[in-house]
Amino acid sequence: MTNEELQACLTGEFPKAEITLGKQYVEMVVQAEDLHETSAKLKALPVLSFDYLFCLTGVDYPEKMQIVYHLESVKHRHTLVLKTNTADRVDPKVDTVSDVWQTAKYHEREVYDLLGVKFNNHNDLRRLFLDDTWGFPLRKDYKDEVRIVER
Amino acid sequence: MGVKSKKEFEANDYPILAEYEGGSIVLAKLDDLINWSRANSLWPLTFGTRCCAIEFMAVGASRHDMSRFGMEVARATPRQADLIIISGTINYKMAPVLRRLYDQIADPKYVVAMGGCAVSGGPFFYNSYAVVKGADHVIPVDVYIPGCPPRPEALLYGMLQLHKKIKRQRYFSRKQQKNTPQP
Repeated sequence: MTNEELQACLTGEFPKAEITLGKQYVEMVVQAEDLHETSAKLKALPVLSFDYLFCLTGVDYPEKMQIVYHLESVKHRHTLVLKTNTADRVDPKVDTVSDVWQTAKYHEREVYDLLGVKFNNHNDLRRLFLDDTWGFPLRKDYKDEVRIVER
Repeated sequence: MGVKSKKEFEANDYPILAEYEGGSIVLAKLDDLINWSRANSLWPLTFGTRCCAIEFMAVGASRHDMSRFGMEVARATPRQADLIIISGTINYKMAPVLRRLYDQIADPKYVVAMGGCAVSGGPFFYNSYAVVKGADHVIPVDVYIPGCPPRPEALLYGMLQLHKKIKRQRYFSRKQQKNTPQP
């Protein structure tokens, strides 16, 4: 499926989502409460069948925290960027997708480790790289007087 | 001892006591013998944390060939190694491991900080929460080799500087040189 066809198909399937055509991939922004339902549907629908999550990252914006999912269908060879936002930057919470794509387990642990986003219903949400004494170092307001030399 | 000609001794100002057919007697200090043998068989620990390790491997390979200086035997255990070449970034998670590896090496032990990261934190000096700003915050360093990464020639030059340092050490002489370890 080409990007234009994919965009048309997604617009039909997900009327609530905001779908745009990016430079390379189709981008879809959904509300945080719709995320789990949307991702399960993206995987389950035979026309879409996004069965491969190849990247899950978090982005710290001044007013929100954003989680970005890069999805691909091995069968149809099309790609989608799924995004969701949480307005709460201090204690952000997003539903897990690790029951839809197994690989999200480690990705979500990494995002929790570095940005402090909590994933609801994740069955093993521990820190991945750092020990428990750290804050969340990839947040823009992270301060460390001892280790960081600011410039 | 692998010394072929008389000239080589004379160059080092060792007096020849007696010369006889088939050989001669040379008087030398035991310190010099120990240092000579130590300096010419330095076994490095296989310890590479980043891209400097690639240069380290290049030095070990045939083109640059560090076995010319008797240090080709990279050991995978600190118990059998003489020196650590810190080839790469040391971050706060790696620091205790490096400290433990250093503690496990038997004396006398030497440390070479190779590349900008090991010298001072290098490109990660500013605004980094994870990188130790120089390996000398964790263990004492003998030789610093700047570069990002250093050329193999620079690493060899640094190793020769370490040779020089080792050859200055005194273990048995009464007069201790400054900054040398006691026996």
